[in-house]
Amino acid sequence: MEQLDHMESNLKRAKHGDLKVSIHRMEIERIRYVLSSYLRCRLAKIEKFFPHILEKEKSRAEGEPSILSPEEFAFAKEYMANTETYLKNMALKHMPPNLQKVDLLRLVPKPNLDAFVFLRVQERQENILVEPETDEQREYVIDLEEGSQHLIRYKTIAPLVASGAVQLI
Amino acid sequence: MFGERAVELVRGLHRAADGHLPPFSEDGIRQVLEEMKALYEQNQADVYDRLLRIRALRWEYGSVLPNDLRFHMSAEEMEWFNQYKKSLATYMRSLGGEEGLDLTQDMKPPKSLYIEVRCLKDHGEFEIEDGTTVLLKKNSQHFLPRWKCEQLIRQGVLEHVLS
Repeated sequence: MEQLDHMESNLKRAKHGDLKVSIHRMEIERIRYVLSSYLRCRLAKIEKFFPHILEKEKSRAEGEPSILSPEEFAFAKEYMANTETYLKNMALKHMPPNLQKVDLLRLVPKPNLDAFVFLRVQERQENILVEPETDEQREYVIDLEEGSQHLIRYKTIAPLVASGAVQLI
Repeated sequence: MFGERAVELVRGLHRAADGHLPPFSEDGIRQVLEEMKALYEQNQADVYDRLLRIRALRWEYGSVLPNDLRFHMSAEEMEWFNQYKKSLATYMRSLGGEEGLDLTQDMKPPKSLYIEVRCLKDHGEFEIEDGTTVLLKKNSQHFLPRWKCEQLIRQGVLEHVLS
């Protein structure tokens, strides 16, 4: 963001019609697009899985870093409060009071941690336990060589993504 | 058929002679409550789905919704939308720089700096970068900076002319 601001103020000072101006503008737009896309994607995920994400934040251990920025966390809490209030009002207005209260954790679909993902190994990992796919199989261990690529269930390698040992592609 | 079991129970009560109490049907009551629960959960899911669509409207149309859409929303939905707008604006403003970053812009990768646009409705004067103003009259065509036009294109005021 600081780089974007810096480039913008440079542009304001440059001569109008200078070729450099166009090229810099283009660069600014590209950077802005990539940055916006990334932040948009994060926001969309937060909105999609909000009760599960907030639950995870609540049960986070003391030293563990948060997966949300403080602003994202504030946004997520506001989104939750807003949606909860709305659903409660709708329930009170139209339903008899003996029915269950709003259960957001049930209503909002959970992220599918069993989905297969592509990854590239950054740091060699040994003895990764892989769950069996069928009843006839048994669990087994694999080693992940540095630089190798794999297709594997997210759940199996989730902690490795967090530590940076593997990179999703 | 929904409600059948419940109607059955009520009918049973009616049919019984005045004052006579038919046997308590634990099964019957349980079935009805289960049905009510299923209906309630389905309704919740539908209501929630509407909310997701309303959220999409903010990203599609901007903070001001077209009138006909507004009439399709309940007062509570409108309230949710207003709160969501505020929350989103607060978050975007916090994204560094002076005014933050408007995430509802730059939805597509930039292809060229300037684009040809045609004006679909009268929109009055429009100021661009170097201070010059352009009069956006219906059917007029202009060659304008892409990023300035994005929002107006989404609102249906301008149309990107692809030749």
